[in-house]
Amino acid sequence: MVKKSIRIGCGSGYAEDNLDPAIELAKKADLDYLCFDSLAERTLSMAQMRKLADPETGYDIRLEQLARTFLPYVEKGLKIVGNMGAANPEAAIKRVQEIAEELNLSNIRLAAITGDDVLDQIKEKDPIIFETGKPLSELPGTIVSANAYVGADAIVEALENGANFIIGGRLADPSLFLGPMIYEFGWAEDDWDRKGKGIIIGHLLECGTHVTGGNYADPPYRIVPGLDRLGLPYAVVEESGNGVISILNDAGGLMTIDTCKSQLVYEVHDPENYITPDGVADLKHVTVKQVGKNDVLVENGKGKPRPETLKVLVGVLEGYIGEGEMSYAGPGAYERALLSQDTLKKRFDRLYKEHSLEIRYDIIGVNSIHGSSAPPLSDPPYEVRLRSAMRTESKEIAEAWAHEVELLYLLGAAGGGGNRRMVKQVLAMYSAFLDASDVKLKVSMIEEVVK
Amino acid sequence: MKKVPLREIAHSRSGDKGDTSNVGVVPYDEQNYELIKEQVTVERVRELFGELVQGEIIRYEFDGLKAINFVMKNALSGGVSRSLNLDTHGKSWANLILRLEVTVP
Repeated sequence: MVKKSIRIGCGSGYAEDNLDPAIELAKKADLDYLCFDSLAERTLSMAQMRKLADPETGYDIRLEQLARTFLPYVEKGLKIVGNMGAANPEAAIKRVQEIAEELNLSNIRLAAITGDDVLDQIKEKDPIIFETGKPLSELPGTIVSANAYVGADAIVEALENGANFIIGGRLADPSLFLGPMIYEFGWAEDDWDRKGKGIIIGHLLECGTHVTGGNYADPPYRIVPGLDRLGLPYAVVEESGNGVISILNDAGGLMTIDTCKSQLVYEVHDPENYITPDGVADLKHVTVKQVGKNDVLVENGKGKPRPETLKVLVGVLEGYIGEGEMSYAGPGAYERALLSQDTLKKRFDRLYKEHSLEIRYDIIGVNSIHGSSAPPLSDPPYEVRLRSAMRTESKEIAEAWAHEVELLYLLGAAGGGGNRRMVKQVLAMYSAFLDASDVKLKVSMIEEVVK
Repeated sequence: MKKVPLREIAHSRSGDKGDTSNVGVVPYDEQNYELIKEQVTVERVRELFGELVQGEIIRYEFDGLKAINFVMKNALSGGVSRSLNLDTHGKSWANLILRLEVTVP
C-alpha cells in the first residue's frame, strides 16, 4: 500500500559533519529514512586519491562510526541511504557487512551503487571541458578522477530489492532524499512536478544544519539559540511532493521561513532551472509558511523533464600552493606588516618570479578577503597578520616560499611573531557532460546478514 | 526616506560551484521585495564587488520566496582548489553584498 506520507531525516551535510545530531534524529524523530550527504566538489577526488594509494579505502572516513552507530536502528526498521561510498562503495558496503556481523544484527540488507566512476568513458569520449572550452585531453596536469552526478533511479532499484542500507558514490545530493519518495509514493517516471517538489525538499535537507540556523547567525539581526547543539532537519513529505520541514523541539537552532529561504537560494542559480539527474526543479514560485514553532511548510514547487546529459566532475592535479603567515601587534603594527610585505615582494621579484604561476599578499584583518572591495582603512588595527601565498608547478618552490615568510623572523620588521606555514597540492575540479546513456549504474545486493 | 546598509533589511547567503559564486539576498519583510529588486541591481553589485568578479553577473528572482539571487562568473579566483584567497569558497561574499546602501521609507 502506498504511504500517505514519509518521514525523512538528514544525517549529514558534508564529509566531516558531526554525527551527534543524527543520533538524536534516529532516536526521536520516528523516521522512515535517514539520508547522509557526505560529499562536496573536492571530497570525492580526495577519496579517489586515497583509493589509489590503498585500493581497500576511498570511502567516507566516518563509515566505521556511522555503521556502528546506525546499524542497530536499521535492525529496528530505519532505512539508510548515503553517498558515503565516495570513491569505493563496494569496499564500504563490505566493511558495513563485517560490522553488522560483528554486532550480531539481523534484518540488515545492504546494497552498493556503482558506476558513477566514469574515468574510462571520459578519456574515450574526450568531451569539452566547461571551464576551458577545450577538450579534456588538452588539460594540463594529471587527471585523477571523473565522477558523474547520478540520480535516484538506482536508489529506487535497491529499495525495490529490499535493501535497507544503501551506499553509493557520487549520488547527487537531493537524489538521496528523492529516491525514497519515488519508491514509497510510486511516482510515475514522467511525474515531473512531484519529482520537482521532491528535489526541492531534498535541497532543503541536503546541507544539514545549513537550514536549521548554521551559517546564518548575524547578531543583532539574526539570533540563533543553541548554536553549540544545532539540530539536523527532517521532513514529513506528502504523496503530493509538498512537505513540512522541522527540527526536534529539544534541538538547538531554528526552523523558520528565513532559514529555509536562505537555504533555498543557496547554490541554486536560475530558480526555474535547478538541474539534477532526476529532473529539473522549478523554484520560481515556491513558498514557505511557518506552521509550527519548528515547522515550515514548503509548497508550490514544480518540475520539468530530466536532462539528457549528466554533469561529470573531473579532478586534476595542477601543482602546489605554498603559504605562510606572520603576526604584528602593538603600536605601528600595520606599518611594520607592510614593511615586511615589501621585503617579501622584493625577494619574490629577485628569486621566485619566474617559477610562480600566481602570487598573493594579504594583510589579515584589513583586506585579505574582500581585497579592493573592502572599505578604506581609517584607523589601523592594533594587531594584523601578514600572509603570502604562491601557486607554482613545483613542490620545492612552494615549500621555499612558505619558508620565506618564516625567514621574516630575522629578515623582516620588528616584532614579527607566530609564523605558520602550509604547503598543499592543488586538486583542481573541472566539469564536463556525458550522455546519461553512457553512464551505466549497477546495484549490488549483499546477501542478507542474519544471525 | 533614509539610507541604510542592506544588512538592516535583508539577509544573504553565498555558495560556490567551480569558479561561479552565487549570492542570494532575502528581505526579512516580504514587503521590501520590490524595493530590493529596484535598488539592488546588477550594476550596483558589479561596482561593489569590483575586481573580485571577473565575469558576467546575472540576477534571478524567486517570486514565491520574495528573494533575489546573483550568479557571478569567474568570481572565485579560479575556484576552491586553485584560489589563493583565504576565503576560497567566497562564503563571505554574502556579507560583502550586505554593505550596499539602500533607501528605505
